[in-house]
Amino acid sequence: MSHVSIYVLDQDSAYDFYVNKLGFKVHTDAVMGPGARWLTVTPPEQPGLEITLMAISEGMMFTKETAATMRDLVKKGTFGFGVFECKDIYATYEELKAKGVQFVKEPKKEFYGIEALFKDDSGNWFSLGQKGD
Amino acid sequence: MVAAEYPKFYLYKRIVQAKLYIDENFALDIDLDNISSEASFSKFHFIRLFKKIYGRSPHQHLTVVRIEQAMRLLRMNTSVTETCFAVGFQSISSFTTLFKRHTGVPPSVFLQRHQQMMLTVVKKPLLFIPGCFASMNGWK
Repeated sequence: MSHVSIYVLDQDSAYDFYVNKLGFKVHTDAVMGPGARWLTVTPPEQPGLEITLMAISEGMMFTKETAATMRDLVKKGTFGFGVFECKDIYATYEELKAKGVQFVKEPKKEFYGIEALFKDDSGNWFSLGQKGD
Repeated sequence: MVAAEYPKFYLYKRIVQAKLYIDENFALDIDLDNISSEASFSKFHFIRLFKKIYGRSPHQHLTVVRIEQAMRLLRMNTSVTETCFAVGFQSISSFTTLFKRHTGVPPSVFLQRHQQMMLTVVKKPLLFIPGCFASMNGWK
């Protein structure tokens, strides 16, 4: 996979969250017209996977009503977009927490490994995992 | 409770704090001996734990952070000389050597390539966007 999209409420705020808090790298940041921006980031150890931070705005993709519904769903934390694996979940958890990342589940041993859950600045949630024990 | 499940909960907090200190103060003349004593560890114990968690020594981590910050500044069109001293290196030659070791190219080449790429992004952004996304957004 080369591209995956995450719908965000505010691209500036998402930039700060994914780059300055999670430590992702900016891949492309292009202004495509008034209020239109193509912003992609990559996880530090996966430079080939571009995560598109997509704004939810009225346009060809969304009608005004659909955009409003979508924004509401994102805010409510409806969407879980994936799993991030890390080498040391306790250290990563402590670091992200110190940077202000909101966790909805603290690291916990499960039968498949150790898992925590966090939310991005929009409300999308992700699993943070470490395989094994 | 998280604390109950952590193998050595308090150790993590101290090592993570030390790592964050390096991340935030990379431009200073950081004394790694001071960091280990502030974290209440012997230097040997501190380096061993740090390496176990992050896969590199505190000194190696400091270098990586400085190089990453240098890349960030170069991407903002900062000159090589200004970048070198802004991220905490004391000489251009050591900066150039370490930068090339980590990225494969000297900082001057990195800067030049980035400037060329930014020019392309501005002039032909559609080269960087999958066609389906561009169509859906009405960009082509």
